[in-house]
Amino acid sequence: MSDSIQRLAAPRRRSKARKTLLSVLRCWQVYVMLLPALIYIILFAYKPMYGVLIAFKTYKMKLGIMGSPWCGLDNFYRLFNSYWFPITVRNTLTLSLLSLVLGFPLPIILALMLNELKSEGIRRTIQTVSYAPHFISTVVLCSMVTLFLSPSSGAINKFIEFFGGKPVSFMASAPMFKWIYVLSGVWQGVGWSSIIFTAALAGVDKSLLEAADIDGATRIQKIWYVNVPVLIPTIVIMLILQCGSLLSVGYEKVYLLQNDFNMTAAEVISTYTYKVGLEQADFAFSTAVGVLNSVVNSIILIIVNAISRRVSETALW
Amino acid sequence: MSKAIYKPVVNKKNAIKLRGWDLAFMIIVCVVLALFFFIELYPMFFIVIASFSDPLAVANGQALFWPVRPTLDGYKYVLSYTVIWLGYANTFFYTIVGTAVNLAVTLPCGYALSRRDLKGKRFFMVLFMFTMYFSGGLVPGYLNIKQFGLIDSRWVLIIPGAMSVYNMIVCRTFFASTIPWELHEAARIDGASDFRTFARIVLPLSAPIIVVMILYYGVGHWNEYFNAMIYLKSRSKFPLQSFLREILIKGEMYKEEIAKGMLDGEAIQDMLKQLDTINMIKYCIIIIATAPMLAVYPWLQKYFAKGVMIGSVKG
Repeated sequence: MSDSIQRLAAPRRRSKARKTLLSVLRCWQVYVMLLPALIYIILFAYKPMYGVLIAFKTYKMKLGIMGSPWCGLDNFYRLFNSYWFPITVRNTLTLSLLSLVLGFPLPIILALMLNELKSEGIRRTIQTVSYAPHFISTVVLCSMVTLFLSPSSGAINKFIEFFGGKPVSFMASAPMFKWIYVLSGVWQGVGWSSIIFTAALAGVDKSLLEAADIDGATRIQKIWYVNVPVLIPTIVIMLILQCGSLLSVGYEKVYLLQNDFNMTAAEVISTYTYKVGLEQADFAFSTAVGVLNSVVNSIILIIVNAISRRVSETALW
Repeated sequence: MSKAIYKPVVNKKNAIKLRGWDLAFMIIVCVVLALFFFIELYPMFFIVIASFSDPLAVANGQALFWPVRPTLDGYKYVLSYTVIWLGYANTFFYTIVGTAVNLAVTLPCGYALSRRDLKGKRFFMVLFMFTMYFSGGLVPGYLNIKQFGLIDSRWVLIIPGAMSVYNMIVCRTFFASTIPWELHEAARIDGASDFRTFARIVLPLSAPIIVVMILYYGVGHWNEYFNAMIYLKSRSKFPLQSFLREILIKGEMYKEEIAKGMLDGEAIQDMLKQLDTINMIKYCIIIIATAPMLAVYPWLQKYFAKGVMIGSVKG
C-alpha cells in the first residue's frame, strides 16, 4: 500500500522539480542580472565574516586566519581588563544616547512645523537650506567646527566676546566634546532626517482636518490628534533602527574631531578598534572588540523590536 | 450634470482668520522656524564671507555678516596649490567610475529581485539583507581586501563598495511598484529577452530612480575619506578629501612645497606667522571642495526627497 503511494508520488515530485528547473531556465537572464551583486556580496560581505574567528585566536600574519593557534577567550579577557575599554563604552553610549535624545525628536518637530506653513515658497526655501548641510563631507564639517570654535579667531567666540563673555577653547575641553559632536550632527542632519516625516505627513487625510476645523479644534489639537498619529508608525520604525545602532558611533567624524586634549571623552569603540587594529596591528584584539560590538548591537535590536511589537504592534520583523 | 451648481464658494473674506491661541501658536512657529533657518544657513554663509574677506577683519570678528575689504588672495593661493587639483582629478575619477560600477551592479540586481517569476526570491532577499546588520568588522574586512591584493590600488575605492544593499532595495521597491507586470508579458509575447526588456523597456521608464542612485552614490564617493585613509598609501592616488584632511584638520599646509624645496625655512616661518591667512585659505578650500555638491544639489533636491520616500516604503 505505502509502496504504491511512494511509486505514485515519485514521478510527481520529479515533475515538480522539473517544472521549477524549467521556470528557472526560462528566465535564466534574470539570474545572470543577479549574479554580479551576488558575487560581490559573497566576496566582500560573507567571506570576511569567517575572519571573526581571529577574535578567538592568537593571530599570526604568516599562519593566516585558519592556521593561527586558538586561544579561547583570551582576547576578550584582555579587552575587559584593558584601561580604555570602560572609557570607550561609556563615551560611545554617551554620544549615541545624547544624539538620540536630541537628534530624534527635532526632525519630527521640524516636519510638523513646516507642515503648518501656508506659503509653499517659504517652506521650500527652508527645506532647501536645511537639507544642504547633509551634502557637506565629514572632513569639511569637522574643519568647519574647528574653525568656528577656535578660541582666537572662531566666529562663535567672536559672538561670545561681543556679548561680553570670555573666549572658550571648546576643542581642548573634554566635557565639551559630546556637545560639539551631537550639536554639529544635529545641524547637519536635522533637515535631511525630517524628509521622511514630511513624506509621511503628505498621507494625512484632509477630510479629518476639515472635520476638526468644523468641530472648532485649535491648531495644536489638530496637530496632536490628526497629524501625530499618522507619524507614529514611521517614528517607531526609525526609533527601533536607531536603537539597533546604539553601540556603533561611526569612526569617521569622531576620529577627525579627536585631539590629545579631549581624548578621554572622544575615544569611542569604533575609533579604538581602528587604532588598536590597524595602527598598532593587534588584529585579534581589535576583532574581539568588533565582535562584542556587533553582538551587543544585535541583542539591543532584538529586545527593542520585541518590546515595540508588544507595545505598539509595529516592528521590523 | 448639476455639479456646477454645488461648486463650493470660496471667498477670501470668509477664510478662517487666526485668533487667540492659534495666532500665538503660529507666531511661535514662525519665530522658531526663522531662528532655525538662520542657524542652518549662517555657518555656510560665513564660510563664503570669510573666504573673500581680509583675514585680519575675520580674525577680529568684524566680518561676521558682510565681507570686509574683499580680496581674492586666498583663491589665488589655492589655485596654485597643486595637491588640491590632484585630489580633484582623483576624486572625479573615483566618483565617475565608482558610480558607474555601482549602477551596473545595483540596478540589474534590484530589477531581478523585483521580478515576480524569480524563484528563491525570499532566499536572496534574506541573503542580501543579512549583510546590512552583520559584517566581519574592520580588521577581517581589511585582511580580506589585502588578500585580494587591492591595497594601494585605485580599485579599492570602487570594488569593495560596489553596491549598497539599502540602495538596491530602494531600486527593487521602485521597479516592483512602478513597472506594470503586464509590460513584461507584452514584451515576452513580442519575443524580447529579459536583457532586452530590462534595457529597452524598464530602464527608460526608471529615470527618477536612476537619478536618485547617481546622486546617492555620487555624493558618497565625493565625500569618502576613511577607506582612502586605510587602504591607499601613495599620495598620487589620494582623493580630494584625503588632502583636505591633511590641510584642514592636521594643518599640514606646506608639506608639498617643503618636499619640493619650493619654500625655504624662513619663508615657512613667515607664513606660519600669518595664522589668519592660513585660516582664509582654509575657508577658500572648503568652498572649492564643497561647491560642486552644493551647486548641483538644489536642482536635484526633489529627486533626493523622492529617494528617501521610496526607501521608506519598505524600511
